Formats: sequence, structure tokens, C-alpha cells
Amino acid sequence: MESLAIYVPRLVTIKEYFAPGHRACMGCGEALAVRLVCKALGRNIIIANATGCMEIVSSPLPSTSWEVPWIHTLFENTAAVASGIEAGIKILTRKGKYNNKTKVVAMAGDGGTADIGFQALSGALERGHDFIYICFDNEAYMNTGIQRSSSTPFGASTTTSPAGKVSIGQTTWKKDLPAIAVAHGIPYVATACHSYPFDLMNKINKAVEVNGPSYIHILSVCPTGWRLASDLTIRAGRLAVETGIFPIYEVEGDRYTLNLDFPKLRPIEDYFKLQGRFRHLSKETISQIQERVAAKYSKLKERAARNNYQQ
Amino acid sequence: MTTKRIGMEGSFAIAEAIKLARVEAIAAYPITPQTHIVERLAEFVANGELDAEYIPVESEHSAMSACLGTSAVGARTFTATASQGLELMHEVLYVASGLRLPIVMTVANRALSAPLSIWTDHSDAMAIRDCGWIQIFAENAQQAFDLVLCAFRIAEDLTVLLPTIVHIDGFYISHTIESVELLEQKVVDKFLPEYRHPYPLNPDKPVTMGAFGPPPIYTETKKAHEVALRDSKKVILKVWQEFGKLSGSHYAPVESYKTEDADVLLLCMGSFSETAMMSIDKMQAEGQKVGLIRLRLWRPFPTEELRQAVSKAQLLIVFDRALSLGGAPPVCSEIQAALYPLKTKPKIVSFVGSLGGREISIQGFEELINNGMNRAKRGKLDEFEIIGVRE
Repeated sequence: MESLAIYVPRLVTIKEYFAPGHRACMGCGEALAVRLVCKALGRNIIIANATGCMEIVSSPLPSTSWEVPWIHTLFENTAAVASGIEAGIKILTRKGKYNNKTKVVAMAGDGGTADIGFQALSGALERGHDFIYICFDNEAYMNTGIQRSSSTPFGASTTTSPAGKVSIGQTTWKKDLPAIAVAHGIPYVATACHSYPFDLMNKINKAVEVNGPSYIHILSVCPTGWRLASDLTIRAGRLAVETGIFPIYEVEGDRYTLNLDFPKLRPIEDYFKLQGRFRHLSKETISQIQERVAAKYSKLKERAARNNYQQ
Repeated sequence: MTTKRIGMEGSFAIAEAIKLARVEAIAAYPITPQTHIVERLAEFVANGELDAEYIPVESEHSAMSACLGTSAVGARTFTATASQGLELMHEVLYVASGLRLPIVMTVANRALSAPLSIWTDHSDAMAIRDCGWIQIFAENAQQAFDLVLCAFRIAEDLTVLLPTIVHIDGFYISHTIESVELLEQKVVDKFLPEYRHPYPLNPDKPVTMGAFGPPPIYTETKKAHEVALRDSKKVILKVWQEFGKLSGSHYAPVESYKTEDADVLLLCMGSFSETAMMSIDKMQAEGQKVGLIRLRLWRPFPTEELRQAVSKAQLLIVFDRALSLGGAPPVCSEIQAALYPLKTKPKIVSFVGSLGGREISIQGFEELINNGMNRAKRGKLDEFEIIGVRE
């Protein structure tokens, strides 16, 4: 298997749809994820992008990084805009005024997905529009200066959940967006990370083939917000997966697949110690988090194993 | 050209206009008193009478957001709302006009909470005054039908490309059965050709829509928007003229009623103009020199037409159906701003009334005009008065 990996990159297009020259921070995991997503999507797409880092770094009038049709309107309405685009294409195709098999893609950050855009997302998933919703989760409002979101992990210090003498930072557990997407009964839900590019691109390809809504949740390492050296982006993403903090899996209908599994998970300290946002955590808090991560991971593993057994 | 007269609810007349306009995408969310429009449209789509995508969204914010999407790919787009719904879509309205997407919307005007009121006034319309849309007021079901049809022609004109609202007073127009003459499909097809957006979202020719405007370019984009909205008046006039020829219904930005010899003019907007007309008839019959001005085009504001319409009057009584709490009533302050630079201009008396659906009768307008004349005589022009308050 490993020797094949040398050839796999050659199967990926050299064409860039997310052009260089954008203004993302050094080591931005989200920009990398967007680039990979766009490569996998190809040209027959229309992107609706929420307000956030990606909109700001890629579109200062009159320049643009987008080689594909792209629209940004507001923060909370991306799924609704994507609904409209999909519906518009449908009727225009029916009337013979549109001749392109186009996939509609909504992109938003974790704030735009888990918080302010939650209702619009739920509505669009429930209505069954044929589109892909991608959440680029960097675990806080990075564009406005690292404020906590409902997707910020327990214990992380942000500017609105700062660690202090009487606080450990974020005191709530990360909202499980993929599980909520699954609860809508949509055909395809997956998690991915830019540190596993081929897994990520495979999932995008799968989502393109789905007829109906799909939801892809991509952990996007943010060196600026996580207080992490900018050359450690890929490693941090891998550690999030290897520690079981961010499991990589997919759900097709009822079927769960753990795409990357490890005989033994690494301790979460390996992941935490790279990052300034967790530096203040006590041994006790870390073991509390460790327990929860292990429990969640084994539950997921059981669920995936049940599928295999049924098979 | 027109069909025979039929009795029809205002909302249904609007739905007929949408069907005749061959609208391609409708985003719908229920809110009283707008809901009959989208219910009727749902029936048309369900019965195959209208080939459109009907998106039953989960909020008004998403309704207008979905409209951004349908319009950006080039589909003819309609939605309707009222009151709180309009307020919920507030920020999206600015995006629609800023992106120059020719969405057409009907607003069944209704008061704003609190206290909750489902009844009509113009508070919702005034709250979105500056959103950069073309805004037109209808006075009855026939006008609502006509003006909604015209709205598509105006909005989609390539020199305009601006979203357009047709305001109808909730219940008075939306729920009242009136006699309406529709147009035949072939007449509408000729008047309203197929819509093609010049730069739609399409992979064959990628465009970036909604890029952010840093300080060196934001002002220029807003100036361009302002110029486009002002210049849209030429197209509005042209379209209404053409529509008049084919339907016999003639519209103007400012419409006068029996103002020839009038020294005193009442100015209204929306359905109450019809009641006010009857008051004017009665008072003229009694020998009083009074007339009526109806403001039809609210945005772009028809400054020249207004100045022309009131040029011979000595007193102008402005009737607002909304408050600008803590400030001057919105329509009146606009009128004052338009007339202030003129050397000779009428005195202006300002009234606010009929908030949250409170009725005004023919006699009520008569009293209001007399009250206005008395106040002018006493020189009490500096403050507005809320009429009919029980104290």
C-alpha cells in the first residue's frame, strides 16, 4: 500500500481553482483544505461562501482567488443561498436555459455552521437540496480574532473564553455537528482533515456523486488561533486524528465507516502540547478530556463495527 | 387586451400576476397578512399551472437568501413578506440591491411589534427605507396586479438591475375581494420578455459575486448603486407608459386627484388614498378648495414630480402611517426635504395616524383636513400630531 502512495498524487489534477496570492495566514490549514476541495470538485461547480476568513482572504474587490463561479453574501445564510442556486439551476435546466451539470457547494466556518448559520443549514438539509455543505472547522471565530464558538473544544482558551485564575477556558464540549447532520437523515456525512488529503478528496468525489444533500466536516488547523507554529499545521491535523480527538469517518445512510483507525490511540497530550490554547490545562482536566475522547471514540468504533457485522 | 372583470382577493390577483410573469423561483415563508399570496402560488405549482421551483424555506431570512441564489443563476424570482418577516430579512435586502439582483417582492404592510399587531400600517416599509430597492405603493388589488407585473420589467431592465418591492396595505389589499381585470398571457409575454441576467453564476463563465469592498473602492460601489437607483426612474416612467397603452391603467410617480383649483392638498400613500378621495369629493361638493396627492413611487424619491404637483398649493397636509420614534414622521420629513430649497412652497402640516390597523373613515379624513387648515391658520406648523389618540 505504502509504495502506491508515491503515485497517488499524480492522479490529482495540477489545475488550481483556488488561485495563489490570497491573503491567508502562513500555515493556514483552511486554505489548504479549500485548495484540495476545489481540486476534487473540478470546474462544474458553483460555490456559496459564508462570511469568514476564507471570504476575506480570497475576495478583496476588484481581485479574486476563485477560478470557479463563487458568491458571498452574508454570515448565516450560506445554506439558504446554496438552496436558491440549486433550485434556480433546476428550473432553468428544465426550461432549457441552463446546460451544465453543476454541483452546488456551500462553504462556511464553524461559527457560520454550528452557531449563526445553524438554522439555515438545518432547513436546507431537511428540504433535500442536491448540494454539498462543507464546514471548515478551525474551532473558533478566527476571522474576528479567536472568539469561542460552539465548536470550540473543551478547555481551549480563546479571547471570549480565556483561561484565567478561576476558569479553564472553554467550559462546554464541542458541538457534534456531523451527528446533527446525520440526524437529518441525509445520504452522506463525512469528516475529514487536510492532513489526509486523499481521504479528503475521495470524500468530496463521493459527495459529488450523491443525489441530495451531503455534509462534510473538515478539521482545519489554524496556527494563528491555536497558537501553534505555522510549520506544524499538518502534524497537528494528524495528531487530532491519531489521538481520537477528531475521528475520520463517514456515514452513508445508516452505514458508519471509520476510515482511519488505529490499534492504539495516542495520548491527547501529544496533540495539546503543540498548542498554546491548551497550555494552561491541568493534569486533572486533561485526564477528564482524555476519558471523554476515549468513550466517544469507542462508541463510534462500535457503531462502525456493527455495520461490518451486519454485512 | 384585458380579461373580463372578476371578483378576486388582492393576494390572488398578485398570484395571478406572478403566474402570468412566468416566475421561475419562489421562496415562501408564511406571515400574516402576506400568506395568501404564497399559498395561491403553491397551488399553481402543485397543479402544474406554473412551472417554478417553490422553496418552502425555514425563515424570512432564508427566503430572501434563497432569492439571492435563484436570482444570481438567472432565474426570475419572487417572494412576499410582511412586518417582522421584512425585518428579519433586513440585512439580506441590502445584499440583494448591492449585488444588483432583480428580485421582485410584495410586502403586505403591517405594524411592528411590540405590542404585537398583525394589522396594517407603514412601520415595516419605513424601517427598510434605505435598503436600495425600488419601492412602489399600490392602492387597490388592480394596482397591485398591474404594478407587480411592471415591477419585473423595471427590475430586469439591463440599465436598472435592481430589486423591486410593491407595497400593499395588509388586509385592505391582501384580503379584500375587489373587481380586477387581468391580462391575457400573450399580452404579458409580449410586455415581459424572458429574463436573462447578464452575468449569472455559471461554470462556463465564472464570476465572483459579493467580494468585499475595502475603503478604496466601497464608496465608488455605493455611488454606482445610488446613480443606478436614481436613474431607474426613467425606466419606471417608460414601463408604466407602455403598460398604460396596453392595459388602459396609467401610473405616475406622484398622482393627483382633483387638485386643479385646490389651495389645500392632502398627501397619502397606500390604500387610504381611496377613502381620502371620497372625502375630497364630499368637501369639493361643499365648495372647499381641497385636493389629494398620492405618492406612488417611494424609492427613487420623485422630487421633481412632487414639486410640480404641489406648486400651486398653499397648504400641504401630509398623512404618515408610521412614526419615526423621537423624530419627524418619515414621509413628511422626506417631503419637507424635497420642498425646502424652493422659494415658493406650501406650508406643511404633519399628521400621523391609522397605526396598527386603526380605521379612518371618510369623515375622519374630512376632520383631518379641517384640523390641518386650522393648525395652519394658527401657525402651528412645528409639530406633528398623532390623530385619534384616546387619552
